[in-house]
Amino acid sequence: MPDTLVTRVAAATPAPLAARVRGLSDRTIKWLFIGPTMLLLLAINIFPLVWTIRLSFTNFRANRPNATVLGVGIDNYISVLTDPDVWQAMQATAHFLFWTISLQTLIGFGLAYLIDRKFRGHGFWTTLILIPMMLSPAVVGNFWAFLYQPQIGLFNYAVSFFTGIPASSFEMIGSVKLAPWSIIIVDTWMWTPYVMLICLAGLRSIPDYIYEAAEVDRASKWRQFWSITLPMVLPFIMLAVLFRGIENFKMFDMVNLLTSGGPGSTTELASITLKREAFEKWRTGYSSAFAIILFVAVFGLANIYVKALNAVKNR
Amino acid sequence: MRSMSQHLAAGFAATLLALGGQSAHAQGKTITLCWAAWDPANALVELSKDFTTKTGTKMKFEFVPWPNFADRMLNELNSKGKLCDLIIGDSQWIGGSAESGHYVKLNDFFAKEGIKMSDFMPATVLGYSEWPKGTPNYWALPAMGDALGWTYRKDWFAKPELQSEFKTKYQRDLAPPKTWDEFKQVAEFFQNRKIDGKTVYGAYLFTERGSEGITMGVSNVLYPFGFKYQDPKKPYNMEGFVNSPDAVKGLEFYKSLYKCCTPPGLTNSYMQEGLDAFKSGQVAMQMNWFAFFPGLYKDPNVGGDKIGFFLNPTEKTKGVQLGGQGISVVAYSPNQAEALAYIKWFATPEVQKKWWALGGYSCHKAVLQDPGFTKSAPFAKEFLESMDSVVDFWAEPSYAQLLLAEQKRVHDFVVADKGTAKQALDGLIADWTKAFKEDGKLK
Amino acid sequence: MIGITTAHSVVEPSARTRWVAGVIVVLYAVLTLVPLVWIILTSVKSPPDSISYPPKVIFSPTVEGYCNLFTTRSRQTEEYLKSLPPPTSNCDQIARDRSMVVAGPSNYIPRFTNSLIIAFGSTALSVGLGVMAAYAFSRFKVPLKDDLLFFILSTRMMPPIAVAIPIYLMYRELGLSDTRLGMILLYSAVNVSLAVWLLKGFIDEIPREYEEAAMVDGYTRLQAFRKVVLPQATTGIVATAIFCLIFAWNEYAFAVLLTSGEAQTAPPFIPIIIGEGGQDWPAVAAGTTLFLIPILVFTVLLRRHLLRGITFGAVRK
Repeated sequence: MPDTLVTRVAAATPAPLAARVRGLSDRTIKWLFIGPTMLLLLAINIFPLVWTIRLSFTNFRANRPNATVLGVGIDNYISVLTDPDVWQAMQATAHFLFWTISLQTLIGFGLAYLIDRKFRGHGFWTTLILIPMMLSPAVVGNFWAFLYQPQIGLFNYAVSFFTGIPASSFEMIGSVKLAPWSIIIVDTWMWTPYVMLICLAGLRSIPDYIYEAAEVDRASKWRQFWSITLPMVLPFIMLAVLFRGIENFKMFDMVNLLTSGGPGSTTELASITLKREAFEKWRTGYSSAFAIILFVAVFGLANIYVKALNAVKNR
Repeated sequence: MRSMSQHLAAGFAATLLALGGQSAHAQGKTITLCWAAWDPANALVELSKDFTTKTGTKMKFEFVPWPNFADRMLNELNSKGKLCDLIIGDSQWIGGSAESGHYVKLNDFFAKEGIKMSDFMPATVLGYSEWPKGTPNYWALPAMGDALGWTYRKDWFAKPELQSEFKTKYQRDLAPPKTWDEFKQVAEFFQNRKIDGKTVYGAYLFTERGSEGITMGVSNVLYPFGFKYQDPKKPYNMEGFVNSPDAVKGLEFYKSLYKCCTPPGLTNSYMQEGLDAFKSGQVAMQMNWFAFFPGLYKDPNVGGDKIGFFLNPTEKTKGVQLGGQGISVVAYSPNQAEALAYIKWFATPEVQKKWWALGGYSCHKAVLQDPGFTKSAPFAKEFLESMDSVVDFWAEPSYAQLLLAEQKRVHDFVVADKGTAKQALDGLIADWTKAFKEDGKLK
Repeated sequence: MIGITTAHSVVEPSARTRWVAGVIVVLYAVLTLVPLVWIILTSVKSPPDSISYPPKVIFSPTVEGYCNLFTTRSRQTEEYLKSLPPPTSNCDQIARDRSMVVAGPSNYIPRFTNSLIIAFGSTALSVGLGVMAAYAFSRFKVPLKDDLLFFILSTRMMPPIAVAIPIYLMYRELGLSDTRLGMILLYSAVNVSLAVWLLKGFIDEIPREYEEAAMVDGYTRLQAFRKVVLPQATTGIVATAIFCLIFAWNEYAFAVLLTSGEAQTAPPFIPIIIGEGGQDWPAVAAGTTLFLIPILVFTVLLRRHLLRGITFGAVRK
């Protein structure tokens, strides 16, 4: 900086005084920077959450704003927890969660491992693999319904081309047995790249010298994988599982457009049931209780999981 | 061939020019009409040009496909939205919309303008305009008459080899069925038959799970079998009427039809899939709304001589699921005067006649009772006959809850093979009782 | 180690391994792209071709799908058609061949525009707020910092449908129903949690020494933030922006419940494009293809930043 009177004076000013003189203080900046974010979150996330809790204790229906609203205590909660339809939805959600996470983790990690071998052109192919996850889940669900049509859709014909099973002998979204798999396949198609990216980041973060040391110790590639690669990527894999788990617990658009929750209710996930109760039957109080229960469930599970994740990170 | 972008640019330019041409006259207001996106809506766009010419008010349209129509529009009404000035709402919304103040009550307007409800077919006034039912309180003008009818491949039925084979097997002619037993015979006859080198199937049935499809379809079978919604003498009492032995038989029959005689993979199908299936030559008979029949008749692949129409078969009695809508003025609209003017214009006999000619189903007696009506289209006679025996679903304010309950119970039984028919109907009574209790209609 | 000449590091995989890995990955990539290619192909089929059974792989392409996407048409009688002047465009010609007339533009462009405004607007807002909050959390002592951060993350755990109920009621009262501002605020609120978490990770990695040196040199805290920290955090900001954009661009649940005529975006619109009796698959495919392009371009250009973004340093040593 130029050596003028101003700068010499500035340099000579003691630090605390200088801090105050030089523009806004750190404290002000701190609250200025955090304030708007907290305000937005309070307005759009917290306030509605509190409102939902309040609604869950009433019999309010949003399509009858003029009807008298009665408090009903915990009746709504009891209704939700004893409703067999709700438990059916939770079961469907659990099945969906388990299989999508398992498949996506396996395939995603596998892909990441292969890409990490750094074959020629891997950057290009990686970018191509990413494309499915950039589509809108709702549009994807809608389009896969078209692909799954046994008469006019591509899926059955492709399967019969590769395996010889006749194309009109089975149907994906119509059969009670296969419909849950149809949604699992589409979700895996969409989100495996996401898991792959995370695992790839994990694999890339393992420094070469660890492997070199292992080579010097003449550890086999197999041993290297189990004792170096996997443990070091594990926190990343767990992170991917956490994010996919939270997202798929809330899954609504893709499945709703693919199967509408059918046939019957075999693919009716928790969010779809919630939407029906809240925005089609307009049972606002009841669905608020359901929403709170879902939130508490996810929150609790995520809490436990993050503690486990931190334990793995810090070992 | 010129490039795609050149085509697009040309297309844009053309539509811009067309728009420019239209806005040349009329500095008047613009009002928005909301309806479902289907053939009749396109016809209405054409018809409404007359209104713009006569009054200078321009029309904008918001059309939503049927599976999303109820959700979207009810959402709109419940959030007091100003999107729609006029709405052609489904017949079942009348109760809720009247009681929640979404629609403008039209009695005074009708009186002032001399629009008489007696000019419209009684079934349509009851179904599309009145709430409470059976009282002279009008919340809509009957706009689109509709019912569930049937189309069939006349050209296949006319094939001599098929006729002789059918006659040998069933000792009667291969013809559009009049009863449900006849229907099943015809459907079984066509199922998995090879016609013109392709495998075809007997019939197409509604099975849609999300909005109302399977309920509309199954009702067409339940009503003729004897299903009733409630005790005619004791409202909201359903035991013995919803789950009578006849109703159980009817529900089982629908499932047997679904299992034996439909194309594979149609487990969540409603109007559009039916049209696709029929137009691509997959089925011999198709269940669908009369609203589509004008378009089907004009279809290059299956229209004209190839298509025929028949009335919903009977069994113990007759009954046809009512469709159709009335046109209402939205209470939150800032353009109610212009909206009412539209209704006044729409109610005149000349406009109603043109409506029918363009493909809409008028409810006006001047059109339907005209001697030339039954000849004016190959499905006109069946339409008129259907309107004599139409039955509608509940139009209660809680209708959505009632409808969704039946959707679930019926789809679980028919498509997902859960439980028995009796269990499904018993469960349905339980669901409906719960809804009526929540609504205060039952104690 | 006599006789072994390795010209490369011992940890690099052999050429054979790389070839096998490459083949498997390429196979996966091709397989996973088949549905997408089918979508693009469908967008240039005619409606009857798109629902032909069995599905057609060879067909004659047409722009009918794109025409149908951008226009509304109505069926007319033959006499009326004959009375019209000759068709003015290719789309018009195609409509006439099907006994229809182009009646006006469809809602696709307004929906697409809404998507652009709402997605980019909310991304800007959430990333802007996020980077400031992240900086504060990273550099300053904030009371209950860890709890606040977890609270911020937990706002993402509510199913959107659940949050939509009170937001619907709230927006109805405030008149924010079906407004672009309402949607921008909503998406920003949802994205800001992700933004804060991601950006805090990135900013944590930037050594404090740089800005402290700048402040010793006479910069204010704000200037140091702007001139020293932000440029270094560019990668992180870009990565965060991509994720926020993808979410806001593709979001459906809130859009379908809280918007209708004015502020509706493309995702609720595309699946309901109906042609004459039946979903107009070429138009839907055309809409999907066009809708994918901005995100695709954005992501391909910035793909290097994506990799850095996903782990946001939270799991680094």
